[in-house]
Amino acid sequence: MTSESVAAAPGPGRFAPAPGAAPMRQMVSAQAALETKTLLRNGEQLTLTLVIPLLLLAAFSLEPLVSFGAGITRIDFLTPGVIALAVMSTAFTSQAIATGFERRYGVLKRLGATPLSRSGLIAAKTATVVAVELLQAVLIIVLAAALGWSPNASPAAVVTVPLLVLLGTAAFSGLALLMAGTLRAEATLAAANLVYVVLLGVGGVLFPLTKFPAGARSFLELLPTGALSTALRDVLANGAVLPAKETVALLVWAVAGITLAARYFRWE
Amino acid sequence: MNNEPAVEISGMVKRYGTLTAVDGLTLTARRGEVTAILGPNGAGKTTTIEVCEGYRNADGGAVRVLGLDPGRDAAALRPRIGVMLQSGGIPPSVPAAEYLTLLSRFHARPLDPGWLLDTVGLASSARTPYRRLSGGQQQRLSLAAAVIGRPELVFLDEPTAGMDPQARHATWDLVGELRDDGVSVILTTHFMEEAERLSDHVVIIDAGRVVADGSPAALTGSAGQLRFRAEPGLDTDSLLTALPPGSAAKESPAGHYLIEVHGPVEPRLLAAVTAWCAERGVLPSTLRIESRTLEDVFLELTGRELRG
Repeated sequence: MTSESVAAAPGPGRFAPAPGAAPMRQMVSAQAALETKTLLRNGEQLTLTLVIPLLLLAAFSLEPLVSFGAGITRIDFLTPGVIALAVMSTAFTSQAIATGFERRYGVLKRLGATPLSRSGLIAAKTATVVAVELLQAVLIIVLAAALGWSPNASPAAVVTVPLLVLLGTAAFSGLALLMAGTLRAEATLAAANLVYVVLLGVGGVLFPLTKFPAGARSFLELLPTGALSTALRDVLANGAVLPAKETVALLVWAVAGITLAARYFRWE
Repeated sequence: MNNEPAVEISGMVKRYGTLTAVDGLTLTARRGEVTAILGPNGAGKTTTIEVCEGYRNADGGAVRVLGLDPGRDAAALRPRIGVMLQSGGIPPSVPAAEYLTLLSRFHARPLDPGWLLDTVGLASSARTPYRRLSGGQQQRLSLAAAVIGRPELVFLDEPTAGMDPQARHATWDLVGELRDDGVSVILTTHFMEEAERLSDHVVIIDAGRVVADGSPAALTGSAGQLRFRAEPGLDTDSLLTALPPGSAAKESPAGHYLIEVHGPVEPRLLAAVTAWCAERGVLPSTLRIESRTLEDVFLELTGRELRG
């Protein structure tokens, strides 16, 4: 707390110039708090990031809609996939749509004239995504536990799961900002939803990638959603430490997405 | 505080593809003054302001804002200026008070958001999302956002567009208070009355160039007008011979007479007109002495025809 509002003293002098930027941390946390609140107040965003993942987790774990093969319970298969879906919904779909419309409404342009720098704005957006992901994680873990989830993970998972989630977040965020910063808002809305639905189907979230032909499977495992769900499942259900191929795939997506977004993002 | 001008532009050029939006524009806005930039649509007003705000770089010329380069020194300049965009810029679902509070958190010594909301007449809409505010209320929130950081210099791009008369007068009062408190204000407007009432300094631009620059009084005081009504068909050529050289006299429409002189109307002119009337047994009714309005000056300089 370093800034202090001027009391509403009536009379002359109340607009007397006293300019100055607030500390970076204060600006970033104020922006992140508003963005988080805005997101949680938005019905569609809430449906996308919380309702759909939880609903799918419950529905697919209670009904034998899909067979996952021997040696793994439905909930143990589904939980890592739904975590990957939750990361995609927040870092990619929700962020792309929100940022696309902020750009369209001139919100990013207006922020550009405030003391909050662009890197400060990116930091605030990242903090918002991470805050929503924490909320998702808590709800998914509680629901999964109630549905009988018993992860088979090595102790290293305490580190590697958050690491994979962060890598996935970086990959999805880069792609989200690339899309939001180059396409019209309506096109971003349509494309981000389409990608969400397609990768929900072929991203190893609900349906095992092992059911796909070998060629398709090795391609789908390299897409961000497939790589994240496969890696999380390996760690949480098979006791792996850090699956190399998927981790590298996420890293490549993250670097490529962020580099391209930094290069091509248009602020207005 | 230093004494550099609020804004100093010399020979600014800005092109968009083949279109030259600003074409060698030069102007100086002094500290602590309200400077109004007038011009027809497409004259280059917004482009000029947006270069000053650091949104775009000029293709030529020099621009200093508070002594800084708005492109290179943006980080140092942003805390010191307040910006009101022509439209939008505020997230539609965010309530008015929350938005102002957010912006207050970006500044070291901001105004109190609640007090400011009250000052611009939005206290009862504090919890209303931006998209549900009326056009005039949205403009007032945007104005409040421009001043919350207690800037030295405020850019207002058409601040009263879409406001009802009450809101417009309240906005004028606020701009007057800003000036009284030492804030420099640059505004663009289509309303001549606004420019005439608010500004210390008017710059009229057309096709990306300055066509007039001075105080409202200096711009409008260069010609005086005397109007009277009388019976139609008086001999205006004979009237002209009774007037000082350089005067103009015409009847338009029938029975309405207009005499224009360079400089203000002087007592001698009035005496000459009434003497001429008395010789002919003519009694003028509704005799008025006026100076040109800013609108007359504006239309004279920028033409009366509608532009596509």
